[in-house]
Formats: sequence, C-alpha cells, structure tokens
Amino acid sequence: MRRLRQYLPALVILISMLVGWELAVRVLNVKAFILPAPTSIWAALIANWNDGYFIFPSARVTLIEALGGLAIGTGLGVVTAVVVSRFPRSRDTVLPLAVAVNAVPIIAFAPLANSWFGTLSPFSKMAIAAALVFFPIMINLLRGLTQVDSSALELMRSYAAGPTAVTAKLRVPNALPYFLTGLKIATTLSLIGAVVGEYFGGLTETLGRVVVAGASALRFDITWSAILVVSVMGIVLYLLVMLLERALIPWHPSVRGERRA
Amino acid sequence: MTGPESVVHLSHVNKTFETAGAATVALSDISLDIRRGEFVSLIGPSGCGKSTLLRLIGDLTEPSAGAVQVNGKPATQARLDRDYGMVFQAPVLFDWRTVAENVRLPLELFGQDKDTQASRTAEMLELVDLTDFARYRPYELSGGMQQRVAIARALAFSPLLLLMDEPFGALDEMTRERMNSEVLNIWQQTGITVVFVTHSIPEAVFLSTRVVVMSARPGRITKLVEVDLPQPRGLATRESSRYFNLITEVREALRAGEGPASDAGLSSVERTAAEGGIG
Amino acid sequence: MPRSPEPARSRGSRVLFFGLFFVGILVFWELLKFFGGDPWRYFGWTWRPPLDLWFASDINLPHVWAIVARIFQPLTSGANESLGSYLFWQSLYTWREAFIGFVVGGVLGIAIATAFVHFSLAERAFLPYVVASQTIPIVALAPMIVFFVGHNITAVVIIATYLSFFPVTIAMLRGLRSPDPRALELMRSYAATRRAILFKVRFPASVPYLFTALKITATASVVGAIVGEGPGGIQAGLGRAVLFFSQSYSIAPEKLWAAILFTAVLGVAFYGIIRGLEARILRGRPEAAGA
Repeated sequence: MRRLRQYLPALVILISMLVGWELAVRVLNVKAFILPAPTSIWAALIANWNDGYFIFPSARVTLIEALGGLAIGTGLGVVTAVVVSRFPRSRDTVLPLAVAVNAVPIIAFAPLANSWFGTLSPFSKMAIAAALVFFPIMINLLRGLTQVDSSALELMRSYAAGPTAVTAKLRVPNALPYFLTGLKIATTLSLIGAVVGEYFGGLTETLGRVVVAGASALRFDITWSAILVVSVMGIVLYLLVMLLERALIPWHPSVRGERRA
Repeated sequence: MTGPESVVHLSHVNKTFETAGAATVALSDISLDIRRGEFVSLIGPSGCGKSTLLRLIGDLTEPSAGAVQVNGKPATQARLDRDYGMVFQAPVLFDWRTVAENVRLPLELFGQDKDTQASRTAEMLELVDLTDFARYRPYELSGGMQQRVAIARALAFSPLLLLMDEPFGALDEMTRERMNSEVLNIWQQTGITVVFVTHSIPEAVFLSTRVVVMSARPGRITKLVEVDLPQPRGLATRESSRYFNLITEVREALRAGEGPASDAGLSSVERTAAEGGIG
Repeated sequence: MPRSPEPARSRGSRVLFFGLFFVGILVFWELLKFFGGDPWRYFGWTWRPPLDLWFASDINLPHVWAIVARIFQPLTSGANESLGSYLFWQSLYTWREAFIGFVVGGVLGIAIATAFVHFSLAERAFLPYVVASQTIPIVALAPMIVFFVGHNITAVVIIATYLSFFPVTIAMLRGLRSPDPRALELMRSYAATRRAILFKVRFPASVPYLFTALKITATASVVGAIVGEGPGGIQAGLGRAVLFFSQSYSIAPEKLWAAILFTAVLGVAFYGIIRGLEARILRGRPEAAGA
C-alpha cells in the first residue's frame, strides 16, 4: 500500500501528461513532424518492436554501447580522481585537461571517434559515451575524496595514520555520496552519448540509426518511439543507481531520511 | 625532571599564531610536568590557550618555542608511537561505521589481528557500558552516548595518556556528572594518565588530582592547585566542604589571572557593574 | 607527513606547470606520429615511420603545426579573415548564449531541488520526468523548440539551459538534504520557519555540492549552446563552425581540430571563472582545498 502511495503522484502526472498531449495534438492539429500523438507513437512501437525497424534489438545494442561507455568513463574518472587526490600537485595539470575534454561537444567529437575507431564499430560509440561520463564522475569523486571534515583528519593524524590508510578508511567512505551523485548524472549521459553518436553513423540496428531512418522517411512516430525507449532505459538505469545508494550509503542523511522526533 | 615518571613535560613552551597581519600569542612560557597516573585538568577563561596546550601535547600543532616531551620522547615521536588517545569536543565518529566498528578503528590502523580487535572492542564497550549498542550507528545515539563511544575508541589501544578537550561541554548537567563518574571509574580501572581541558570549575575539581589554572591570553600558568579529595569520589564528595573550598581556591586563582582589575577582589564583570556600567 | 595542507602554488607557477604539461602532451602527440603515423614530407626530405598506428595518421591526428598554421590561414580561400579570428569571435558569440543558459539552468535547478525537498509529493510526482528529460537527446527536441520559439538565440539558450539544469538539480537534492538531522531538529526547536531553515542550514550545506555541479554545468552549457546552434538554425557561433568543418573533415581535418581547440579553451576559461568564484566564496572552509 505504501508503495502505491509512493508512485501514485508520478503515475498521475504521467497519465495527465499523456492525455493532455493526445488532446492537444488532435484538437490543435499539430503537425506530425513536430510531435505525433502518444497513441500513434505507441502503435509504431508495437508494430516495430521485433519487426520493421527492429526497435528491441536496436535497443539492446545501444544499451551495450552506453553501458560500455559508462564503464570505461567511470573507470577513467575514478582512477583520475584517486590519483589527483593522492597527489594534490597534479591538480593543476590534470584538471584543465579534463575540463577541456569535457568542453568538446559531441557533434565535434563524434566524427573524430568514428574516424578513429570505425563508424560501424560499437567501440566508437562507447568512446563518445565514455567521454561524456568521465568528467561528472571524476569531479564528483574528487570533491568527495578531498572534502573531508578537518576534525576527522586530525583524528587520523592523532593515530599517526599514513596517507593510504586515511584514503581507504576516511576519504573513500566519505566520497561515496558524491560518487553516486556523479553516477546518476553519468547514466543519462552515457545513453545520450551512445544515441547521438549513432546519429553520425553506426550499425543499422541501433536506436540512433532508427531515429535517423525514421526521420528521413518522415515517420516521426517511429522516431519518437525510439526516443521513448531511450528514455525508459535511462530511467531504469537511474533507478538502479538509487538502489545502489540504499545499499552503499544508508547512513547518509539524504538517504536515511530525516527523523521527525 | 624528565624521568620515566614524567609522562608529559613542557619546557618554556610558547605558541604564537600568525593570522593575516597580526600575530596572536596564545601561550607564553609554559612549563609543566605531569606524572604517571595523575588526572590533571587545564582550566582557564576562553581564549587562554588550554585547547592549544592540549594539541601541543598531542602533536597536532607545533610550539613556536620550547620543547614538548611525552613519555620521555619528543611529542611527534610519541604520536607516531601511539602513546596517547584523544577525545575531542565533538565525538568525530564515522557515520558509515557501527559503534563497534568505530571503536575498532585505531586497532585496524595499527594492524592488530581480527581476534584482538574483537576482544578489545568488546572490553572497551563493556567499560563504557555500551555493549548493547555495538551494532548501532552513531547518528542513532544521543550526544552523551556518542562521547562514550569516542572514549572507548580512544582507550582501545591502551595508551598510557588520555587527552580530553572539553568532551562533555555539549552535554546537560546531569549527564555531565554521570560522565564525570564514568571517566573517574575508567581512570581508576586502567591507571591511565589523563589531561583534561574544561571550563567548568566543579568538574575540574571533582575529577582531578591537580588543577592547572591558566590566565587569559597570552596564556600562562597562574596556579597549580593540588586536589587532595579522597578516592573514590562520588556524591558525598560533591557535598563535602573541602570540595567547596577547593572550588573557591580555583575560582580565585582564575580571577587573579584576569589581570590588574581583579586586585580589588572583584572579577572584571562584577567591577564594571559596581561602577554603574552595565545594568 | 606534512603538518598542514600543502601551500597552494602561486598562480604563476600553476600556469607554468600546466603550460609545461601541455607542451609535453604535444611532444607526445608528435612522437606518436613519428613512430606510427603517415610519412612526413618536409623540405624535400621524407621520413617513414616504422610502425603503422591507425590513430596516428594525418587524417586522425593532424600535425600540431598543421593545425596551428591553419589557424592563421584565411577561413576559406578568398576570405579576408583568418580561421583563428573567425573562431575567436564565434567563441564569444557562443559564450554569451552559454552563459545565459548556465545562469537560468542553475537557478532552475536550485528552484526545482528546493521545491522537491520541501514538497515530497512534488518530488514523487515529477522527479522521474526530470530524469527522463535528460535521456532525450537534445538533437531530437531541438526542432520542437525551434518551432515554438523561432530560429533565434532564445532557442539556443533554451537548449543550453536544458543541458545545464539537471546536474544542479541532482547536486542540490543531495546538498539540501545533507545537513545532520540534528541541526534541523535544533532549528525546529527554535520554531524556525522552513524558510529560515532553508537559508541558514540547507543552503550553506549545499554550497560545496552546488559548486561541483556548476563546474560540470559550465562546460555543459557551452556544449548545449554549440549543439543548439545547429538545429537552432543560428547561422553563427562555434556550432555552425563545427558543423561545417566536420562535413569537410576528410578534406581539411585541421579545421575541425582548430574548432575543437577553441571550444576546449572556451570551456576551460568558463570553468576557471567558476573555480575562481568558488575559491572566494568557500574561502576559509578547510574543506575548500578540494575539487
């Protein structure tokens, strides 16, 4: 019963949005290339799930590209953050570089990645996703590793604890909430990286290619159904991170909730 | 004298803080000797440097002049050898560890094996009477209980010196008195040497074998008051006349340390009021 | 073991250090090409690299000096401004859009997070859609935005805002909820209004989280502006430059790399401003010696 109460508001909003949308499209006679009606999007999705545009198999490939990019980007981000926190002097060299890489927009990076790794290779899309994921992970983790309560640092000092021990026993647990914040941002970015990378070329059976194919055939119901699938995947990934939060940082005030005495 | 009987030895210690522009002299020419098994309180007005003095002993900061020796070694060496445990004003417990895991922390850092860790932790929790709360998280405990965990943690590796920086300042009077009895209990059971910073005169007198009275900034030692109340101390102690006399002695020493205005026997606040100043 | 945090290097030495490191990267770049790229042909002399590294070819990794030289050459044959000058002015143009998007996105993010923290009903109702919004590639939404707002700067700003608000929302949700519940209880015991609690406890606690998000957003807004310029139909800005140059990549890869260089510099400069701001606002907090 409590579960229902938890999800009810979102459900209500969803239903009202869908209804409002459907009505708006019909009543205002909105052109399909702007926004098709939800019913037609749904119909296109069903019809093309494992047929026609093959949305389901495409979704699988895109998901793999996104997750691959997420893993690579997270790995790089974590390593970088740990190194910079351990050797504070490296900040001045590493951080500007990280910012610079992050500032390059996808539309510039995608042709490069395709040229480097091959347009048809999923690895080129993973590279794009990784490039988007790297910075939020790195910067959040870095802050978490360095933003430590000074009394706690003094406590460790009173125990004559070496830098490795301080990192392992204090900085890392302290950094988890920040890291998970970065991970939440990163999951959505990894999907975007994969899909938009696919716009610029890739295997036919990927959601980005479905979007492009649908658009060139003026089938915007197809386009939006692919985007819908991307969205759902994004929400699912985000929820997974939230579950991870409950498991890893039940002690953080933002997760354990506020006690009302 | 710096023999093995002397656990803490301060010799002409000065501490000056450089803040933007000005230099503040926190401590001026402090010389003090603390013997094994003593319970010494440091008391003084706010800003007199008592916390700074404690931190000097714990090698959390360096003296500007003079020498600090702990257990016959320089303070830094004593810290590296883990000769002391420290309890701060705030408990500084890690929220992501349970009570037992918090107490275990120093033992983990010192590389003790798991069995020793477990038995020491259990002993310490027993000592502070928190055995039932071993699995709880710090934020589920009251302030007093958290401080008890901090004390258990500080004692986990059986240091010979315990440094306490106003540990009960945030607690209410009744909890505070109870904690005082517990600390005394622990002191007697373990034979540890304690250096205790406080701004409560009754607390200082009740707990200590000796009270070090400090003056206002720059901090100097005004007087050393020997507290010869019998052990064990309890409610009866708090109602004895010797107790009240000692409190008065300390209070007067404090006033004396406030400067020339107190020569008339009034504290600076009382004097201003008498002259028709405030209210 | 140092007794206090290492003293911050002076700005001058930090810039110098980074400069040296940057030169190191360039040297490494050219070394890769030296050992595994396409043949080098200069002044009648030819060097053939021993290995064959596919990513070090002249198409994938143009020579550093080729990129630099191209910056000083005219934009296109017959144009009267250099590539560098063109890119510089386009960068400023784009930055204007990015900055507005950054500010609006930041404010929006803070507002949404604050609303969610105070009205859990709103959070349960809308958070899924806030998250979902970020999974829709902006390139798909852009035509819709342009339809409603027209081919103008507003469309680009909206797109930049769109990419900017989410990290701020997420960070503020964490930050506004990070104060110890005891501190909140204390405020309640003073019968402090929710507004007072917000300003005296929650906001200050979220500042570190906010700045981390703002640093992400600084570059995200630049990316948003650039990405928006294409579909936004704005015939200006780095977005247009990047689109043009990626189309002609196989002919003149140096142009795209030059554009990339400028976008990177723009992003780093913006990030640097935020970092400077953060240093001033968090001054005195010992934890500020962090990211």
